[in-house]
Amino acid sequence: MTMATDAPKDGFRLSMLIYDTRYRSYTIQIVVLVLFALAVAWLLNNTVQNLAARGKEFNFGFLWQRAGYDIGQQLIPYNNDDNHFRALLVGLLNTLVVAFFGCIFATVLGVIVGVLRLSRNWLVSRLMTVYVEMFRNVPLLLWILLSYVILSETTPAPRDFRVTDEMVAAGQEPAASMMFFDSVAVTNRGTNIPAPLFERGLGTLDLGFMTLNLNFWAVVVVIAASVFVNRRILSHARATQESTGVRPVTWWKSILVLFAPVIVLLIAMGFHLEIPSLKGFNFQGGILVAHSFTALLIALTLYTAAFIAEIVRAGIQAISRGQSEAAFALGLRPNRTMSLIILPQALRVIIPPLISQYLNLTKNTSLGIAVSYLDLRGTLGGITLNQTGRELECMLLMMLIYLSISLMISAAMNMYNKSVQLKAR
Amino acid sequence: MKKSVFFGALAATTLVSGMALAGTLDDVKARGELLCGSNTGLTGFGNPDASGNWTGFDVDLCRAVAAAVLGDPNKVKFVPTTGETRFTALQSGEVDLLVRNSTWTSSRDSELALDFVAVNYYDGQGFMVKKDLGVSSAKELDGATVCIQTGTTTELNLADFFKQNNITYQPVTVADDSEAQRQYLAGACDAYTTDASGLAASRATMPDAENHIILPEIISKEPLGPVVRHGDNQWGDIVRWTFFALLIAEEKGVTKANVEEVLASSADEEVKRLLGASGDMGVKFGLDNAAFKNAIAAVGNYGEVFARNIGEGTTINLARGLNALWTQGGLQYAPPFR
Repeated sequence: MTMATDAPKDGFRLSMLIYDTRYRSYTIQIVVLVLFALAVAWLLNNTVQNLAARGKEFNFGFLWQRAGYDIGQQLIPYNNDDNHFRALLVGLLNTLVVAFFGCIFATVLGVIVGVLRLSRNWLVSRLMTVYVEMFRNVPLLLWILLSYVILSETTPAPRDFRVTDEMVAAGQEPAASMMFFDSVAVTNRGTNIPAPLFERGLGTLDLGFMTLNLNFWAVVVVIAASVFVNRRILSHARATQESTGVRPVTWWKSILVLFAPVIVLLIAMGFHLEIPSLKGFNFQGGILVAHSFTALLIALTLYTAAFIAEIVRAGIQAISRGQSEAAFALGLRPNRTMSLIILPQALRVIIPPLISQYLNLTKNTSLGIAVSYLDLRGTLGGITLNQTGRELECMLLMMLIYLSISLMISAAMNMYNKSVQLKAR
Repeated sequence: MKKSVFFGALAATTLVSGMALAGTLDDVKARGELLCGSNTGLTGFGNPDASGNWTGFDVDLCRAVAAAVLGDPNKVKFVPTTGETRFTALQSGEVDLLVRNSTWTSSRDSELALDFVAVNYYDGQGFMVKKDLGVSSAKELDGATVCIQTGTTTELNLADFFKQNNITYQPVTVADDSEAQRQYLAGACDAYTTDASGLAASRATMPDAENHIILPEIISKEPLGPVVRHGDNQWGDIVRWTFFALLIAEEKGVTKANVEEVLASSADEEVKRLLGASGDMGVKFGLDNAAFKNAIAAVGNYGEVFARNIGEGTTINLARGLNALWTQGGLQYAPPFR
């Protein structure tokens, strides 16, 4: 019996690589792998040869040369004597700040619109449908240009704010005036808002490759500490409630912990606001939020929110009606049903597609070039690339940076996704 | 998968650039058409009209080269490039020649591996402001918002100028001239800065040209000229000497109208060599012996090209100034043709 099941032992023939199903898949995989490696090697060799033929070598040394150009919006100190790497960082931060606020605003707006689209109020749901269809069916670039043109063409020029002696004598009002107790001025260049300043600031800390603004970080650390303490208070309250059935009063503790340390810190550092005022051609002092930033943020928010609204609607509709009927039967009001029963369950369906919307939004910030927003694409991939002529290096570096940002966002969102998933017990 | 797409794109670019390294003259002859990198639209220098015909000061140099190489000034395809894309277009072989008010600088010669073969317009960077702004000097522009074309030398000059004078500005970066005009006219910037010739050309197309002034300061040297790829010396020589032929023609009084007549009657040996009546100067460049005569017959001499496109009497209304011949106190000077 055992003799019959033994495989024939007449050895291995070359044809078995193709005809024997035990080996065939390996053969195919190895051949494809070799071909792929050859193609890659040929391409790399070709690139190196062509660069050499044009007298260009592949190196990133240009990043340490003086940049020589100015950037309108800077979140970290920068001037034209700094090097291209510093300009890259300024651009990167400009990209990140738009992406950050864009993701937050788009999520808030998207969730509201998605929920309202399911409203039983005919007018509200139809309006939301119109909004969603309008924004997701027109290219984002057009929305960016449109919001920019509207902002820059409908707002007054800085000189319209000017009050001259003759105008005072004639009792005339200037053509435009500042808003919010004369602290905010919207001109055709941007929005001038008050800047926070510190009389007794902590200065900056020079780490060699970058400088830290200690005022900013002190505030961040104090707020983070306050939030942490507040969470401890709340969890203690919850534990007390669970053990004794009586929840201690915490609201005044929370308010005290959340706000008092920050206020004390700000007073200690001599916090005051610098109000922008018209001097010469433009408003001086304060912070200028250029219209390129505002337009990009508005367009990205509205466009991405339309997609998020659809994702939220799909997520809500994926929850069986029995859930809300059960909640109603228990006497929960519709908005409590939505926030306590439906949305938490819908989140599991919503988050995976939401991640890709965040990634889209982040990558779409590179369209800011259309309105002269100097983000990573505008600094590294625009001016630096042009002034140094290092196309390949700049492009590869830019791809690498966008890739890293996207992977980081994915990783963070995937962690969040795991935390809200159904846990098998 | 992502990797293969990336390397595919890399392959495509390297393949194209690999081919471009062959002799440009042979490529142009084989194609029967010159690919000339031009402006996206700058009146007087390089601009397509309503029916798609390109005209302008830079465009005429392309036509002269096409006439010299191919015998026909109309065998040119103009490729519009922005300040940002122009050098990449030249390096990748998308164009054979770039004549697009580009400034000759040392880093473009060395780092970008380009060759500026001549200077067809000596220019300098200036500022344009609205008249009612009440500004009479660029040094009064402290705190102003300035529109600036990206990828240009003017971007760097601007930063230097404001730093040297200890004044500040807010840059608004734009891609090309038309975008700059839109922003400037909409009031998004107080001043627009680029080469003075470019400012004059922009102002000529504005509906209210008289309300805009060009400030007296010229803050930089901007020698503008035709650019070729580094390494193809024969092609560089052809472009350089086509330009010099136009200069020599002006110096010797050869015009578009009288070129045939001069060819038949002239006793001047240099003119005879230039027009191909004696010697084999054209053949030495790998061209027809009548190549430079064709160039002059196609567009006229340098003075004619200047007067027709940007000179006094046109809407641009630029004086010859530095661009007069050396015999008339200018800088335009051609080495001897022998």
